[in-house]
Amino acid sequence: MGVEVTVKKNLWISLWMTLVTTAIFGVAYPLAVTALAQFLFPSRANGELIERDGKLVGSHLIGQPFSSPWYFHPRPSAAGAGYDPLASGGSNLGPTNKQLIDRVKADTAQLATENPSVPVPVDLVTTSGSGLDPDISPAAAEFQVHRVARVRGIRESDVRRLVAAHTRPRDFGFLGEPRVNVLELNLDLDFSFPRKK
Amino acid sequence: MTTVSHARATPLTDPRILQRAILDSFAKLDPRVLVKNPVMFVVEVGAVVTTFQWARDVAGHVTGNAFGLQISLWLWFTVLFANFAEAMAEGRGKAQADNLRKARTETMARRIREDGTREMVPSSALRALDLVEVGPGEFIPGDGEVVVGVASVDESAITGESAPVIREAGGDRSAVTGGTRVLSDEIQVCITSNPGETFLDRMIKLVEGAARQKTPNEIALNILLAGLTIIFLLAVVTLQPYAIYSGAPQNIFVLVSLLVCLIPTTIGGLLSAIGIAGMDRMIQRNVIAMSGRAVEASGDVDVLLLDKTGTITLGNRQATQLYPAPGVSEAELANAAQLASLADETPEGRSIVVLVKDKYGLRGRELASLNPTFVPFTAQTRMSGVDLDGQEIRKGAYDAIEKYSSAFGQPVPKEIKDVVQTIANTGGTPLLVARNRKVLGAVQLEDIVKGGMKERFDQLRAMGIRTVMITGDNPLTAAAIARQAGVDGFLAEAKPEDKMALIRGEQAKGKLVAMTGDGTNDAPALAQADVGVAMNTGTQAAKEAGNMVDLDSNPTKLIEIVEIGKQLLITRGALTTFSVANDVAKYFAIIPAMFAAAFPQLEVLNVMHLRTPQSAILSAVIFNALIIIALIPLALRGVRYRPLGAAALLRRNLLIYGLGGVIAPFIGIKLIDMFVAVLRWA
Amino acid sequence: MTAIGWFQIGVFLAVILALTKPLGVYMVRVFNREPTILDPVLRPVERLVYRLTGVHEHLEMPWTDYTTAMLLFSGVSMLILYLIERMQKWLPWNPEHLGNVTPDLAWNTAVSFTSNTNWQAYVPETTMSYFTQMAGLAYHNFASAAVGIVLAIAVIRGIARHEAETLGNFWVDLTRCLLWVLLPVSLLVALVFVSQGVVQNLKPYTTVSLVEPQMVQVTGADGKTSTETVHDQKIAQGPVASQEAIKILGTNGGGFYNANSAHPFENPTPSTNFLQLVLIFAIPSGLTYTLGRMTRSPGHGWAVWAAMAALFLCGAATAYWAEAQGNPLLAGVNQAAGPLQPGGNMEGKETRFGIASTALYATVTTDASCGAVNGMHDSFTPLGGMVPLINIMLGEIVFGGVGSGLYGMIVFVILAVFIAGLMVGRTPEYLGKKIEAYDVKMAMLFVLVGSFTILVFSAFSSVEKSGLAGISNPGPHGLSQLLYAYSSATGNNGSAFAGINANTLWFNSTLGVAMLLGRFFMAIPVLAIAGNLARKKITPESLGTFRVTGALFTTLLVSTILIVSSLTFFPALSLGPILEHLLMYAGKVF
Repeated sequence: MGVEVTVKKNLWISLWMTLVTTAIFGVAYPLAVTALAQFLFPSRANGELIERDGKLVGSHLIGQPFSSPWYFHPRPSAAGAGYDPLASGGSNLGPTNKQLIDRVKADTAQLATENPSVPVPVDLVTTSGSGLDPDISPAAAEFQVHRVARVRGIRESDVRRLVAAHTRPRDFGFLGEPRVNVLELNLDLDFSFPRKK
Repeated sequence: MTTVSHARATPLTDPRILQRAILDSFAKLDPRVLVKNPVMFVVEVGAVVTTFQWARDVAGHVTGNAFGLQISLWLWFTVLFANFAEAMAEGRGKAQADNLRKARTETMARRIREDGTREMVPSSALRALDLVEVGPGEFIPGDGEVVVGVASVDESAITGESAPVIREAGGDRSAVTGGTRVLSDEIQVCITSNPGETFLDRMIKLVEGAARQKTPNEIALNILLAGLTIIFLLAVVTLQPYAIYSGAPQNIFVLVSLLVCLIPTTIGGLLSAIGIAGMDRMIQRNVIAMSGRAVEASGDVDVLLLDKTGTITLGNRQATQLYPAPGVSEAELANAAQLASLADETPEGRSIVVLVKDKYGLRGRELASLNPTFVPFTAQTRMSGVDLDGQEIRKGAYDAIEKYSSAFGQPVPKEIKDVVQTIANTGGTPLLVARNRKVLGAVQLEDIVKGGMKERFDQLRAMGIRTVMITGDNPLTAAAIARQAGVDGFLAEAKPEDKMALIRGEQAKGKLVAMTGDGTNDAPALAQADVGVAMNTGTQAAKEAGNMVDLDSNPTKLIEIVEIGKQLLITRGALTTFSVANDVAKYFAIIPAMFAAAFPQLEVLNVMHLRTPQSAILSAVIFNALIIIALIPLALRGVRYRPLGAAALLRRNLLIYGLGGVIAPFIGIKLIDMFVAVLRWA
Repeated sequence: MTAIGWFQIGVFLAVILALTKPLGVYMVRVFNREPTILDPVLRPVERLVYRLTGVHEHLEMPWTDYTTAMLLFSGVSMLILYLIERMQKWLPWNPEHLGNVTPDLAWNTAVSFTSNTNWQAYVPETTMSYFTQMAGLAYHNFASAAVGIVLAIAVIRGIARHEAETLGNFWVDLTRCLLWVLLPVSLLVALVFVSQGVVQNLKPYTTVSLVEPQMVQVTGADGKTSTETVHDQKIAQGPVASQEAIKILGTNGGGFYNANSAHPFENPTPSTNFLQLVLIFAIPSGLTYTLGRMTRSPGHGWAVWAAMAALFLCGAATAYWAEAQGNPLLAGVNQAAGPLQPGGNMEGKETRFGIASTALYATVTTDASCGAVNGMHDSFTPLGGMVPLINIMLGEIVFGGVGSGLYGMIVFVILAVFIAGLMVGRTPEYLGKKIEAYDVKMAMLFVLVGSFTILVFSAFSSVEKSGLAGISNPGPHGLSQLLYAYSSATGNNGSAFAGINANTLWFNSTLGVAMLLGRFFMAIPVLAIAGNLARKKITPESLGTFRVTGALFTTLLVSTILIVSSLTFFPALSLGPILEHLLMYAGKVF
């Protein structure tokens, strides 16, 4: 076979191969997975959305911003203006970047005022990779227990009980890290100890 | 045949060799020559660049230009050292070529005209197919074949062997070489080569390295080295922008120093020396390799075809035992055997005489009074013997004697038939002795396996090389000797075609085959084999067909040839590994030195604690140059070779040249740094 | 560092080890066209594909034809991806009504996905429609992975065959790889992912009301900042699980979302994270066994595996150690590991993964040419970030990209065999094949293309205005960003020190060139070696043969890789991450 013939022949095969395999792997396969997923795991396949009073208030998996002292605060977020799922991502600040150091310094200083006796847990002053991190570490939750209890006028032990209820251990005992889902915790907080209006 | 290598090698420390090598080192600075060695060429370019920059600095009255001068000088030394290595490797060959050239001096030859008259012509006027006559004391004017006569010839000019050799018309000992001298008798020689193409001419070219071409492995290695050079060139060239980004741009001396230290100058500088030295080592063992490729291939050999006779066994079979027939005394048989052998000048015949003398005390007798008629061996009768006093005494192979006796109603006794069978089964050769057609008994001739061969073959086996014995014996005999000698296989009743088929078969399996040969009928097999070693005593055809000629005509040398081939490859690999491994230390010397001023924190990388940045860089460059000189002896002598399996060999060499290559420069550079301090160079 | 963290790394390697043989054997069967249990379902589909595309099932191709077919397929499918991106506005499944992708970005993305790089110079949530993601990007995750695998198979055949002119049939290998290897695993894994919370739908993005509306500072187009109250959160949806499975399995790494595998919808739990890690290494690790099996030297396959495993462990340990140390510049912050927190350098990392899972992920994704990330490498500590960088610079041969990792490793095997093989006193042999000038030339070309592309582009960028403009982290870290970008593109990794602003003409074009060089100009020399090796005779093994099995060979291979590669990049690294590390501990910020 001459070179030209080889090229010409394989060129046509390339075209047909792309079209046929796109139909299989680019269309049929994802549609099949979608159908199976919607049938088998309808909630999971749609983002584990949380409904409250007939209104969607968030997803179990996606963090939300909280800033008032009434609530547990999530980690700082670099996604858009904060926890914007259309702009997921981290700060991408390098370890020697002055911006990072200054920001952490400022956040640390502020947090230190509310709980001066304990050093600030690192996750509370660092942004996550996704900017949508739904969790904080148990240490970060513990750091805020005092404030939340004080502001809400409830016992710290009650708050701790709620924190414990929303703490997930490592998967299978060794994968990942223990973590506290902030949105779930705050919703439960509002539910268990409604704020006096 | 001798197994001793001749002390024809001039020692390397010979002042003439040294002197010439030093001069050649400068001549080789010619970029047109050096460009063939990309690594050293880059160093030379670097040296030119730094020298030029230094000159500009001096002209511009830049202070502190001593550093530039020192770097430039050491870079030039690096190139010179590499050139010196090559020149040294060539030196011995050149010295030898000079000696050979003396043998080539013009002689006058007596050419025989068509009409039979003689004319005197200079040897340079001789052409192929000319017929010349050479008498005692005369030099043979050119390569050729003896066509008439027998003569003893002094071939020491070529072989270094002082004992004369016999050259005679017809058969496998007819080839003579130009430049050798006839000692006795007169021969007529048909010239086979034109001037400038003689064996001597070719040999001169080979030992001089003039005809040297890069071998396949060398080419591949050169590509690797060139590739590495380009990569490091990239690493260094791109370092400058990174340095500029970091706010610490570097001067040209430092960058060139880094480059030269990183590119594989050690192996680059020694590579061709290693190759030349490999050829040279062959020559020192009196083997002329027609190409470097052949030397290299000998390291790869998987199968050695060894002729039984002369290689595995002592040249000839020897009589070891007499077996008298029933009713015949041993003394009677001994007596007859001796008589039948007295005139037999073959080694077998002589060995019978010796055996009888040693064992039965029968001394040679003056037979002239008995009026003997010696009957020589002929192809028809296949017997030899003597007629005297009406007695017909004969000895010969079983078949021949059996035919001779039974034709006269004297069958071979059963006992003797059994003995003959036993002898054959154990690898011996039976001869029968008959008097007046009556079988007196049998003589056992045996092959004597050379001492130490079994160990040799065991070593070869450990190296992964199979040995196959080639013999004309029948399979039974062959098997017995093969067992005794410890070879891995044998080819019995071998005809030239069988040998050829064996070689082709092994090659088809992907194996490389080496063999020796001397006869004209060996020529095709010699040509087919990957390594074909022709004996210098052999025919011209055999010498043409092989890719090596053993001047000692010692077939056992094939084993040494294999070892030299392996040693050559190992030396290359070892120095390449060493060279590359060296780079680790050089980085730790140079990188912190480059950036110490801008970033003192990088000082932690200065694990050798070199005193100053300039000293660190200079020390690395000096080490890089000196290591070439330090390794020249190793490159020329070759890495010590041990007959070990690949795994053991690799482990050993990796440890020495790999790990050693990582560690050595750390020590070396540190030491040089201390010297530099003492000498206040930097 | 915690014991549990180390345990996780150990368990991970053990799982990979356990998967290697079964997967390797399965791939041998698939590519040798031996029967498998999936034949009743897949064989009819396979035949249909050949009928529709005009492939002759039994035609064998020499290496030149094989290469031609590979290049044509990549070229044509790349063009079609470009067209899909440019026309997505008019194509189905675009509930957010995203516009057509701009030409330069479409081009960059097409190159990136065809070359198995999956470098993403865009925010997917607001750029790519569901159709583009499925039929364009996810499809190329399948196709480019399959191309990589079949190239490795062709190279293995080149080693295994002797006195042969051909390496197999590209189209048949491609089809079988897609149907038998990639499809079944992806299907299964996609469903497992969904069960863990990875979304899979074609719905428009969901708007939810924030529990606590937030006042945020917004910078308007005029540069003035104003304060706004945000009441809602718009959550991006999509057919994620189906893409996630092949993104990981095919070491593609292109995220459905911008945050990639750090995004909770792509990687919701530590379990999915672990599954992703396993899937990244699964095929590359299995291929080492395929190599051993097809060349009838299982020991060699394991020796290569061991070299990979050793390099992996070095990387993982270093990254884990470095990240666990935290950032010394963060005063007053508790970075110590304890029962209540992972500690360490948490900037850019997810709470659920912590230090160990993220350091491990970064190591794995760059050992392989995956490029998916579950944390931001740009925010790693200097040495922690150097591990992924070095992994890519080594050529992603530590298990490596599907197929490309193995053939890259084979190039190093050839170099190791050549350099050290001489030391046993024979012409170097690799599994009975003599390694000669041509093979060395091609191997060096392979190494050269990689080094050249990385070093020259990043060197140029480090002094050029357009290059410097992309740097977001000043100081030595900026140099690391540039090195990482070009290494990632050349190595077809796709991960980034993502702060770099690479969506510019300079970066889009040079990174595109780097991706093409790194994929195709490195594959061609390897195929040339394969073609050349196939033609050679096999010298039977003897005691004198250089063994490519056992601990000695593994050590040799690892040393060769480290010396050849790290020597090339050491100067650059010393001014990037190493310098940054030293300066960081000296208290310097930029």
